[in-house]
Amino acid sequence: MSLDALTLARVQFAFTIGFHIVFPAFSIGLAAYLMVLEGAWLRTGRQVYLDVFQYWLKIFAVVFGVGVVSGLVMSYEFGTNWSQFAYRTGPILGPLLGYETLTAFFLEAGFLGVMLFGMTRVGRGLHFAATCLVVLGTHISAAWILASNSWMQTPQGYRIVDGRFFPESWLAIIFNPSYPYRFAHMLGAAYLSVAFVVGAVGAFHLLRDRGNAAARVMFSMAMWMAVVAAPAQIVAGDLQGDNTLQYQPQKVAAMEGDWQRHAPGEGEPLVLFGLPDQQAQTNHDEIAIPHVGSLYLTHSWSGTIKALNEFPPGDIPYVPVVFFAFRIMVGLGLLMFGVGALGLLLRRKGRIYETRPFLRLVVAMGPAGFLAMLAGWTVTEAGRQPYTVYGLMRTAESVSPVGAAGVAVSLGAFAAVYLVVFSAAVLFLLRLMAVPPHPGEPGPPKVPQRSAGLTPGPAGAVEEPSPEPAE
Amino acid sequence: MDLSHLDLPFIWAALLAFAVLAYVVLDGFDLGVGILFLVEREPEDRDVMVNSIAPVWDGNETWLVLGGGGLFAVFPLAYAVILPALYPLMIAMLLALILRGVAFEFRFRATGFGRRWWDLAFCGGSVTAAACQGMALGGLLQGIHVENNAYAGGWWDWLTGFTLLCGIAVVIGYALLGSSWLIWRTEGSLQRRCRRHARALVTATLALIVVVSLWTPMLNPRFMHRWFGWPGILFTSPVPLLVALTAWGFWRGLALKHHLTPLLCAEALFVLCYAGLGISFYPSIVPPSISIWQAAAPDASLAFLLVGAVIMIPIILAYTGYSYWIFRGKISAGMHYH
Repeated sequence: MSLDALTLARVQFAFTIGFHIVFPAFSIGLAAYLMVLEGAWLRTGRQVYLDVFQYWLKIFAVVFGVGVVSGLVMSYEFGTNWSQFAYRTGPILGPLLGYETLTAFFLEAGFLGVMLFGMTRVGRGLHFAATCLVVLGTHISAAWILASNSWMQTPQGYRIVDGRFFPESWLAIIFNPSYPYRFAHMLGAAYLSVAFVVGAVGAFHLLRDRGNAAARVMFSMAMWMAVVAAPAQIVAGDLQGDNTLQYQPQKVAAMEGDWQRHAPGEGEPLVLFGLPDQQAQTNHDEIAIPHVGSLYLTHSWSGTIKALNEFPPGDIPYVPVVFFAFRIMVGLGLLMFGVGALGLLLRRKGRIYETRPFLRLVVAMGPAGFLAMLAGWTVTEAGRQPYTVYGLMRTAESVSPVGAAGVAVSLGAFAAVYLVVFSAAVLFLLRLMAVPPHPGEPGPPKVPQRSAGLTPGPAGAVEEPSPEPAE
Repeated sequence: MDLSHLDLPFIWAALLAFAVLAYVVLDGFDLGVGILFLVEREPEDRDVMVNSIAPVWDGNETWLVLGGGGLFAVFPLAYAVILPALYPLMIAMLLALILRGVAFEFRFRATGFGRRWWDLAFCGGSVTAAACQGMALGGLLQGIHVENNAYAGGWWDWLTGFTLLCGIAVVIGYALLGSSWLIWRTEGSLQRRCRRHARALVTATLALIVVVSLWTPMLNPRFMHRWFGWPGILFTSPVPLLVALTAWGFWRGLALKHHLTPLLCAEALFVLCYAGLGISFYPSIVPPSISIWQAAAPDASLAFLLVGAVIMIPIILAYTGYSYWIFRGKISAGMHYH
C-alpha cells in the first residue's frame, strides 16, 4: 500500500477521532456521575458527596476542555480531507451536525462555566440545574453524532440527485435501523468506562488508606455501576451485533473471521484465536469452539451466516483489524463483567474494601473501558470499509482533491501537537487522581473571582452559605 | 411545515453571517487577551487576564463550530471548496486553537517550566489562530479557483501580500478587542496599561482598515462597482462615516476613562468592517464564481435546520447572556489558585 493522499487522510482521521472520542465519552459518563453526586449531596447533606463531587469536578474540567478542542478539529476535517464526502453527504449529515451544535454544544458551553466556577456565585439549586444541563448537553450531543454515524452505516430516507444524497424523510434518516442499538451501546460504553476509572481511583486510595471515606464512596458507587452496566452493555452489544448481521453482513463475517460458509449441520464456530490472512482467505493457527458462534449469531445450534468469500473481494474490509479489535473488545467486556460480579460477591461477604488483590485488580482495570470502547469503534469503522456511506459511497471517492504531501505534513503536525497535548492531559489527570480525596475538597483551581468595582456582590443567591466548609 | 416559498439560501446566508460575526465579536476579545500575553508578562496579571475569560471562552468558540458546521450543512459546496483551498491555514488555525484551548486548564496545573511553556502555547496559539483567520478572510476575498465544483488551485494560492496584510490586521484588531475587554473587566495597573495598549492598537487598527478597504475593491471589478458605482455608493458611503464616528467614540471613552465604552466602540468597529465585507461579498459565497444559491443544499436540508436555528438561537443568546451576567464584575488580582 503506497502512502497516497487517501491512506494518509484515513490515518489522520483515525488518529484524530481516536484521540478525540475518549474525551467526550469520559465527559458523558463523568458528567452523569457528577450529577448523581451533587444530587446525593443536596438530598442527604452529607459532606462526603460534595467532597467526591469537587474531586471529580477538577478532573472533568481537564477532560471537557480537551474534548472541546479536539472536537473542533473534527468539524473542519470533513472539509479539509474529505471534501467530496462533504459535498455529497452535506445535505443530510450537515443538518444533523448543525443540530448537535445548536442543541448540545452551546448548552454545554453555556453552563459549563457555571458548573465549574459558579458554586459560590449562584444558589445550590441553580448550580445543580447547571450541572444537569451540562449532562443533558453531553447526551444530546451523543444522540446527534450517533444518528449521523448510524446513517452512514445503515443509510435510508435519502434520494440520490447527481450523485449527491438529498433528504427525503428526516425521521427515517435519524431513526435509521442501526441507530438505537449504536446509541445504547455507546452510552453504555461511556458509563462503564467512567465507572472503571472512578473505581480504579477509589481502589488506589483505599490501598493506601482503607478508611478514606471519599475513596470508599467512589469505589462502592463504581462497583455498583459495574454490576449494572457491564451485563447491560453485553446485552446491548449482542443486539447491535444482530442488527449488524442484518444490515452489514460482511462486517460480522470479518469479526468472526468467517471466510467460507460452513457445511450444513456444522454451524458457526467461535474462533477464539487465529491469524486471518486476507490473501489466502483463511485463518492460520485457528483455535475454535464449534457451534458456539451459531448460538450467539443465529440463536440456533447449527445456523450459518454469509461468509467473506460470498462477497466480491473489493467489497470486504481488511479482516485482521476487525477480527482482533472485536476480540479485544469482547475480552475486556467479559473481564469487566467478571470484576463486577466479583465485587458483588465480596460486598455480600462484607470485604469489598479490604480485599487487597481485588483492589489491585480494579486499579489495573482502570483503562479497560476506554480500551474496549476504542476497540469497539475500530470494529464498526474498519468493518464498514470500503465504504463511507455503506454500500453507496466508497471511501476512495470521498477524499479531497489535495496532494499527499500536504496531508502528510498536516498529519505530522497533528501527531506532534496531539502528542504534547494528550501526554500533558494524561499527566495532569494522573496527577489529580494521585492526590487522595479529603474532607473539604476544594473545587477547580480557578476559584471564581469576587466581584468588586462597577457591579459589586455575587450574583444569584447572596444569602447562600458557601458550600466550602470553613477550615 | 412548508417553508419552500422563502428564499432559504438567502436567509441562511444571513444566519451564517450572524454566526460568524458572533464568533468574531466574542472569540475576538478572548483571542485578543491571549495576544496581549506578548506584552503582559507578570504572572499575576496573566492569571487575572485568563480568569476574565475562563468561564466564557468555550461558548465563544462554539460559534466557530456553528460557522463550520453550518457551512457544511447549508452550503456544502462552499465548505468542500473553501477548506481544501485554505488547507494549510485551516490546519494551522485548528492546531493553534487546540494548544490555546487546553492551555486554559493546563497553565493552572503546571509550575515552573511547564507554566511558562503553556503560557507560550496560550499566547502563540492566540496569535496564530487570529492570523490564520485574517489570512483565510483575505484568501476568500481575493478569490478561489474552482473547476467542476471542486477547488482547482495549488497549496499556496492563498498566500499573497493581501492575505498577509489581512492576517496582521486581524491580529491587531483582536488585540484591540482584548485590551478593551480588559479595560472593562480589570482595575488598577493592568487596566491602566490596557488603556495605553488600546490607544496604540486603535491607531494601528484604523490605519489597517483604511489600507484593506482601499485594496479590496482593486481585487475584483465587482467589488469596485459595488462600492463606487451608482446607486451602490448611496448604501456604501455611510460605512466609512460610521467608522470615523465610532473611532471618535472610542477615543473619547478612553480619554474620559470610561470602563465599557472602549469595548463597545471596538466591537462596533468590527461590526462595521464586517458589514463592509458583506457589501463586497454579496451574493457570492466563494468569490468570484460561486453564489449562495449555487452553493446551497436542497431546500429540504435548509428548512429542516432553519426550524432548529430559529428556535435555538434566541435561547442560546439568552443563556449565553445569562452566563456573562453571572460572571460580571471586575476580576480582582492576587487570588490564590492552589
